[in-house]
Amino acid sequence: MPRQKIVIDPVTRIEGHSKISLHLDEQGRVEEAYFHVTQLRGFEKFCEGRPFYEMPSLMARICGICPVSHLIASAKACDAILAVRIPETAVRLRTVLNLAQIVQSHALSFFYLSSPDLLLGMDSDPALRNIFGVAEAHPEIARDGVRLRQFGQQAIEWLAGKRIHPSWVVPGGVNEPLSAANRDRILAGMPEALAIARRTLDWFKTGMERFREEIRTFANSPTLFMGLVNDKGGLEFYDGKLRFLDAGGHVVQDGVAAADYGEYIGELAHPWTYLKTSYFKPLGYPEGVYRVGPLARLNIIDGCDTPLASQEWAEFRELDRGAVLSSFHYHYARLVEILYALEKIEQLLQAPDILDPNVRALASANQSEGVGVAEAPRGTLMHHYKVDRDGLITWANLIIATGHNNAAMNRGVLQVARHFVQGNKLTEGMLNRVEAVIRAFDPCLSCSTHADGHLALEIDLRAHDGKLLDTLSN
Amino acid sequence: MSAPVTPKVRLATVWLDGCSGCHMSLLDTDERLIELAKRVTVVWGPLVDLKEFPAEVDVTLVEGAISSEEDLHRIKMVRARTKLLVSLGDCAVTGNVPAMRNKFGASAVLRRAYLENVTLDPQIPREIIPALLPSVRPVHEAVPVDLFIPGCPPSADLIFSVLSGLLEGKVSNPAAKFG
Repeated sequence: MPRQKIVIDPVTRIEGHSKISLHLDEQGRVEEAYFHVTQLRGFEKFCEGRPFYEMPSLMARICGICPVSHLIASAKACDAILAVRIPETAVRLRTVLNLAQIVQSHALSFFYLSSPDLLLGMDSDPALRNIFGVAEAHPEIARDGVRLRQFGQQAIEWLAGKRIHPSWVVPGGVNEPLSAANRDRILAGMPEALAIARRTLDWFKTGMERFREEIRTFANSPTLFMGLVNDKGGLEFYDGKLRFLDAGGHVVQDGVAAADYGEYIGELAHPWTYLKTSYFKPLGYPEGVYRVGPLARLNIIDGCDTPLASQEWAEFRELDRGAVLSSFHYHYARLVEILYALEKIEQLLQAPDILDPNVRALASANQSEGVGVAEAPRGTLMHHYKVDRDGLITWANLIIATGHNNAAMNRGVLQVARHFVQGNKLTEGMLNRVEAVIRAFDPCLSCSTHADGHLALEIDLRAHDGKLLDTLSN
Repeated sequence: MSAPVTPKVRLATVWLDGCSGCHMSLLDTDERLIELAKRVTVVWGPLVDLKEFPAEVDVTLVEGAISSEEDLHRIKMVRARTKLLVSLGDCAVTGNVPAMRNKFGASAVLRRAYLENVTLDPQIPREIIPALLPSVRPVHEAVPVDLFIPGCPPSADLIFSVLSGLLEGKVSNPAAKFG
């Protein structure tokens, strides 16, 4: 048979626009695979000329799934421009907000987007393979997912006044203290949320055995890992220093301050996607390819400071001797992080100073440049701004979780496609697995193409000579 | 499972150049969404797996502005196959944040992202992926729109009340129609 190209377009049950192309040889074996992001948006350019204090609200519009991460990274970059140390309570409130978002975003990824593959099967009927199909077949699990996401979204609403694109996080802190009534409303939902997180981990771990082949092939290869850790080397979402770890579990770079990211992280452009690829500069590309997000965070840390998640983390790390390498385990790591986020929210809200009315430092622009880094649900998020003497933005650079993972996602698509896709007897389930490896990373394409683009996922089957042989659409 | 007595309403959701916040607000209907799903079939959108936009869709919610050639192509196809087209949220209704790039133009945005803010192989992507349009436009400048739901994003309650109204056969807020 001639060489072929398969295009999967669009990739579904992910957050954004993308397609995948697979190139097959004469025997129908996969030679090459590409993950194309088909959207570009332009935030790095069109923020120019705007006042820096607009940035948190503007940059939140990069993403409706994780607006809180952009609010926080942006506000931290603006804190650096103000050159202030923000009140401790403001740090804690922003931390709670960020953790609430970890809960809702991870619940979205796990239950709404990926649980159809896990519960109904990779080869199940594509017309029913969605959250509504899960609600028919496993109503109690679908309800758990809805309720857990709702817990996170409601906590955000009670802290920040609005579930999506709140304006509460501002340069210098937050614009209103937390009321006792709202703290109590959030805490009242905690027992149910914790129970859901624990029983979800239980059924997921029990069922993992059925996915041995996926675990073996889902972007399961050595890379570096990167993320923030706190001053004790523990799990951290709001602040801390960057740590890079190798596949064997050894720290290769530690204690990198946010402002120095440019010395360690480079960005590479490709002709076939709007998504740039990040790499660890000291090793260059491709040796410096790394992963971020839940799997990376659980790999790089020395521990975490809540009791239930601590236990789950220890069990998770037993999966591999060095770092846990299979990207299928992003799902597992996401569930452990949900548990951690819930426990940590409870700890922070129970401390009396969380209601302190001093939550904002006021100043005008005192520095011409600021970098803000935080952990978003999908990984490390970096906002970097320069301003003129009037505080108007002159330049911006954003590095977003999905860009850090771009090279690993492309390798993963190739690995899964080589293992599962046979061009001479193509099935829908084969291609669904190619999409499922992308889902494991939980990419956010509207985020990652903040610069000015759009991610589309499409699979074409093409012959050696580039002739289109087949495009699978279901 | 027994067959439904009346045919379910065929609902599609489309995401063009936006942040997905409007889709998230739809999900913020929480458990009401599961109830809604008993009366509608979601036939296309980011939450379901079908790759080709089906024929004879009753209602399509469109989030996002028209930004690339692909968006334009897609919205024309969606319009042709949809009875009632709804612009959901400010990007679809006015162009909103994505249209901020119009002041600079598509090529300035591409230069910043792929030539200036890059440390290796600076180049503007041109292969396979769709080209950006010279300017970002709201949906109703490309195709006729039947109903507008403004907001950044519209609240879950607003989306739910409009959808519930549509299921009962009434366009619940004709006053919000403009453009």
